[in-house]
Amino acid sequence: MKIAIASGKGGTGKTTVATSLAWVAAADDRTVAYLDCDVEEPNGHLFLKPQILREEPINKPIPVVDQGRCTYCGLCSQACRYGAIACVGQQTLIFTELCHACGGCSLVCPENAIREVPKPIGHLRTGASGPVQFVEGVLNVGEAMSPPAIRAVKGAAPNVELTILDCPPGTSCPVIESVRGCDLLLLVTEPTPFGLHDLKLAVEMARALRLRFGVVVNRADVGDREVWDYCRRQRIAILAEIPDDRAVAEAYSRGEMAAESVPHVAERIRGLLETIQSGARV
Amino acid sequence: MKELVVISGKGGTGKTSVVASFASLAEKGVVVDCDVDAADLHLVLQPQIVRREDFTAGSKARIKPGHCTACGKCEELCRFDAVYFDGPGNGKVPKTFRVDTIACEGCGVCFDFCAEKAIDFEPAVCGQWFVSQTRCGPMVHARLGVAAENSGKLVTQLRRTAQEVAAQQKRELILCDGSPGIGCPVIASLTGASLALFVVEPTASGQHDFMRVAQLTMQLGVPGILAVNKADLNEEVTRKLEELARQRGISVVGRIPYDRAVTQAQIARKTVVEASDGPAAQAIRSLWAKTQERLHLSLPAAVGGLVQLAAQE
Repeated sequence: MKIAIASGKGGTGKTTVATSLAWVAAADDRTVAYLDCDVEEPNGHLFLKPQILREEPINKPIPVVDQGRCTYCGLCSQACRYGAIACVGQQTLIFTELCHACGGCSLVCPENAIREVPKPIGHLRTGASGPVQFVEGVLNVGEAMSPPAIRAVKGAAPNVELTILDCPPGTSCPVIESVRGCDLLLLVTEPTPFGLHDLKLAVEMARALRLRFGVVVNRADVGDREVWDYCRRQRIAILAEIPDDRAVAEAYSRGEMAAESVPHVAERIRGLLETIQSGARV
Repeated sequence: MKELVVISGKGGTGKTSVVASFASLAEKGVVVDCDVDAADLHLVLQPQIVRREDFTAGSKARIKPGHCTACGKCEELCRFDAVYFDGPGNGKVPKTFRVDTIACEGCGVCFDFCAEKAIDFEPAVCGQWFVSQTRCGPMVHARLGVAAENSGKLVTQLRRTAQEVAAQQKRELILCDGSPGIGCPVIASLTGASLALFVVEPTASGQHDFMRVAQLTMQLGVPGILAVNKADLNEEVTRKLEELARQRGISVVGRIPYDRAVTQAQIARKTVVEASDGPAAQAIRSLWAKTQERLHLSLPAAVGGLVQLAAQE
């Protein structure tokens, strides 16, 4: 089973829930993998403290022009919808940071003057944190596009009973890439106006992608009751509530896993896992 | 004209609460919500929309089932896993190909190479952007369609519009609420800005993510200043953050203590400084004074090509 953890709003507790869920499930003798798909700001490693066994570059194929063959016909720059390749007089220029690696330019080139070469955009790190298998992608600073790195992380997923995908915040392409193909999406929110507003966006996304989803309310007693009203009206299942507790925030600040340091959080996460496995209607 | 971008790396550190308060303290500002993925500033500033525009960027492929011969070329060429063999039959073939518009990145390769010309490739409306009036002055903001792309281009559009509004109304400062991460919308928010204010929380994640976004601002040549939010949560990490900032030439301009008034203000749809005179509100007022001093010393906001280049996805 693949469970993706997303939120819309940042800082609602995705990584806390994701790492704790992986840890609790592994303690329960399941084979578990934790995938950090938040390649712009991967944080899971701070809490799971994995031993990294393998590190390899993540590459994106980018075009290279053989200037000897190029006739400067300009078909490649007409084909590129991203403005990543331009014919200027007797020169063909490539702007690699704009390239989406679609391969269009090399396909249209009548002279076969364009070939694709791998360009590193980040690192893929795999290892283990006790019984939890660990995979993370780290995008190089300055790279604008994270989806190819997210694809690399998902491609390296080991074959296990439970795969936890820790997703980036937001609802646009990096999130879509992360949650695609999951069996269940957990939306972590906090009961504040910002939390609720971004939860609604995440729900819209989940519905557009036709994903099964449920909500986890974190810091459940900090704000107002609007999140519960909304979920009831929309018939959305709240699968767990985690109370606000300074002990959790302090453990988090030190890089400790909530489920390991704070017993009542472990209990809630165990409850969440049971709810999921009992096939709760979501 | 100066442009301040509030940024954090990690999400949920308090960027929007700080920007909203700055908006009510600034006398001649234009506020922009560059966090187009999860825009929240409007919940507090409650804008009255005066101008509304569609945001169109890129195109999406769509296969016309009546024309598809199920040759499979589109599926073979698509690098984004966006083509599925589950479209309706058409009398000639029992099943046709179909493009998942959410997965489609708009590269147009399938459209260019379809022998049957069975694919439409039309510009897609990805969202809307707005110019509004608020009690704190003009505001430029957007709503990106769910699962839409091109958030970087939209950010660039918002910043350009804000610069126009500021020029027309003779306002000297643009206040941008940035998004989390270090990717495309963040790069589009920062490129050519006068100053970046990092709002960071004193946690292991906050520190890790701050280091990455600080590296990005350095690469982009944007000077930075640091404020630690919820600074009392972990004094040790707070001191560490301030030390790391100074080592990188980032001035430390304030600490904001944890204060429940911040959440209460949000619920009341008010900025922290409007709703409270407590410890967080006082810290934000002092942070605003220090930020203004730094802004005076910074360079004017850049416009044009540089921003545009960095913002394209």
